[in-house]
Amino acid sequence: MRRIKWMAGVATLLVIAACTPSQPESQANKSATKVDLGPPQGEPIHAVLTSPPEVPAATNRKAPAKVIVELEVIEKEMEIAEGVKYTFWTFGGTVPGSFIRVRQGDTVEFHLKNHPTSKMPHNIDLHGVTGPGGGAASSFTVPGHASQFTFKALNAGIYVYHCATAPVGMHVANGMYGLILIEPPEGLPPVDHEYYVMQGDFYTVGKYREKGLQPFDMQRAIDERPTYVLFNGSETSLTGPRALKAKTHETMRLFVGNGGPNLVSSFHVIGEIFDRVQQEGGTHAQENVQTTLIPAGGAAIVEFTTDVPGNYVMVDHSIFRAFNKGALAILEVSGDQNLAIYSGKEGDEVYIGDKVGSLASVATAVEASSRGALTKDQQVQAGAALYKGTCSVCHQESGQGLASVFPPLANSDFLKADARKAIEVALNGLSGKVTVNGVAYNSVMPPMSQLNDDEIANILTYVMGSWGNTGPQVSAAQVKAVRASTKRPEGAAH
Amino acid sequence: MKKAVALLFIAAMSLAAEVTPAEDLALVPGGEFRSVLPVAPGVARVTVAKFKMDRLPVTNSAFSKFAVEHPEWQRGRPSKLFVDESYLSHWENVVRPKRGTERQPITQVSWYAASAYCKARGARLPTWHEWEFTAAANGTMRDARDDPAWQSTILAWYSRPSGTLPEIGKTEANLYGVYDLHGVVWEWVEDFNGMLVSSDSREQGDPNALRFCGSGALTLEQKDQYAVLMRVAMLSGMQAKYTTATMGFRCAQDESP
Repeated sequence: MRRIKWMAGVATLLVIAACTPSQPESQANKSATKVDLGPPQGEPIHAVLTSPPEVPAATNRKAPAKVIVELEVIEKEMEIAEGVKYTFWTFGGTVPGSFIRVRQGDTVEFHLKNHPTSKMPHNIDLHGVTGPGGGAASSFTVPGHASQFTFKALNAGIYVYHCATAPVGMHVANGMYGLILIEPPEGLPPVDHEYYVMQGDFYTVGKYREKGLQPFDMQRAIDERPTYVLFNGSETSLTGPRALKAKTHETMRLFVGNGGPNLVSSFHVIGEIFDRVQQEGGTHAQENVQTTLIPAGGAAIVEFTTDVPGNYVMVDHSIFRAFNKGALAILEVSGDQNLAIYSGKEGDEVYIGDKVGSLASVATAVEASSRGALTKDQQVQAGAALYKGTCSVCHQESGQGLASVFPPLANSDFLKADARKAIEVALNGLSGKVTVNGVAYNSVMPPMSQLNDDEIANILTYVMGSWGNTGPQVSAAQVKAVRASTKRPEGAAH
Repeated sequence: MKKAVALLFIAAMSLAAEVTPAEDLALVPGGEFRSVLPVAPGVARVTVAKFKMDRLPVTNSAFSKFAVEHPEWQRGRPSKLFVDESYLSHWENVVRPKRGTERQPITQVSWYAASAYCKARGARLPTWHEWEFTAAANGTMRDARDDPAWQSTILAWYSRPSGTLPEIGKTEANLYGVYDLHGVVWEWVEDFNGMLVSSDSREQGDPNALRFCGSGALTLEQKDQYAVLMRVAMLSGMQAKYTTATMGFRCAQDESP
């Protein structure tokens, strides 16, 4: 892997060399690849590490420094889901491990401490290190001891670190990974929020959400059949009160990593489009990204702005992982609505696809009505089609109703008694006790005021003239009059 | 005399335990088996001679007796070459463990201290191959390493946070009548320092590995033996003067002809 990176570096240099005459100078000088910015300057700095989802502040330095990083390995029991415990092996007491932030060119003196209560030896391989094993062999540490090694951060980017002690997969599966950001010399552009999110897959003997302390299941891990796929090591780490927070019109930068050990992530934020994604922290950003691939042992810098308030759900878009294995996190955006960008729900109508053909009669009626030449027969035809789409769900195809729930319209004494009342009920709905053909009903009919005057007139003409009813033809003008003189419940269409 | 006292003491301890083995040391018949650490490249099979092994790990109480009789091994006495700063740091004082921990296995002891203890008993630490051979057995089979149940029992120990150590003799005896080889503590072996596995476990296939120590270099075989490999990883990370909260030991003896 190191060799590949080095070769890629050489390839880039060759490309740059070949293109130099036509390239602007600024681009050639950019810290696009491996750079040694010289010896560290000034007093050594102790790096401030943060627990997820927080990210340390920018280094804001103009020169390379010696940075001392002290990271402690702690094996501890924590909640992986509500009521489910798991023995995690952690860098810094959290999963993912503490976030480390340095600047390209820095000389990093790394201290790996293994807590005395640990059972296992551990080490660390940082993908941002140039050298054999990424530091693994130099940092192998038994419980109650500390190791030290030093590296120069030659390449800028966002890099995964992880434990590489045998069996490597088990150490990683137990949560031993995190991110190190190596800022480019000029730093990253300021944003309103920086957050740290890292996916991992977990393998327990018990089923998903089976309560109690769940041991690691090696066979499931080998078979790559995770019980959990999680952001930040717990199903509840970024939900409810622990959701990420932002306001509208803010700039967001997520450092998104994937510890694995097995799965690659299709990282997606539902309802957002990433303005920029720097895969692997590389220097060429992809723009307008819907879903970005985060390989196991890889990371990306994801940037977007918040425009519309609401909850944004972050998922692994291999979607069963989100809804059946826990790969779900929430970003809560507060602020004023922006209806020009997103309206919210504007309507909800019954739509019956397979009835479309029969709606031809409705079109005919509308056309005839516009000419003032609507016949009763046309009304009945159109009313029958509309009845099927709107009324038959409750009152049934032949108006027989549903015993003791929805009253019948067929041969109905209620309808025969008062045509105007029928118009009112259709427009404004009806709730409470009614007696139809001697049977009491106590139910709720919602107002159908979303139908226009013509439509209600046609439906009622159809109903009044069918199934043994002997009611009159109903005109749009009658409906219009009732609509104007009565009130509908709040929230109904007018 | 010292040996007799120690043996008597151990006998008393064993009697006090819920298990009452017939004697303190179990006879392990030895034989040929596949080690995860072959003696030479390509030589998968290892022969272990007949020997005796303590049925139980050495306890705090037993080591306390040793510390009384051998003041040079009391906390604060040995040279920094032989122990690190944590040596017996969990004890009440230089000769006594904390109350209630007497029957727990002794930990926070260096390889030198463990070796001295066994030597004082006229015994020695078991070799890795002796330990591995004995620990490969379960209650009914000489080599249970491919038994998923055997493997998962061991892995389950790794899944528990360390916390308080258990008392000795609470696990089931294996075929040879030896207890606690898994699920209690790591154990020093005589030749741990010859376990020249790389500190970066992913270099196992590196053809250069043999360049460094000739035929003495060891590479890991049977990479599916996670449970055993983790013990190897732990031992290979140790130096002889190191002490940790989960590294204990037991003694072994050649079987007199």
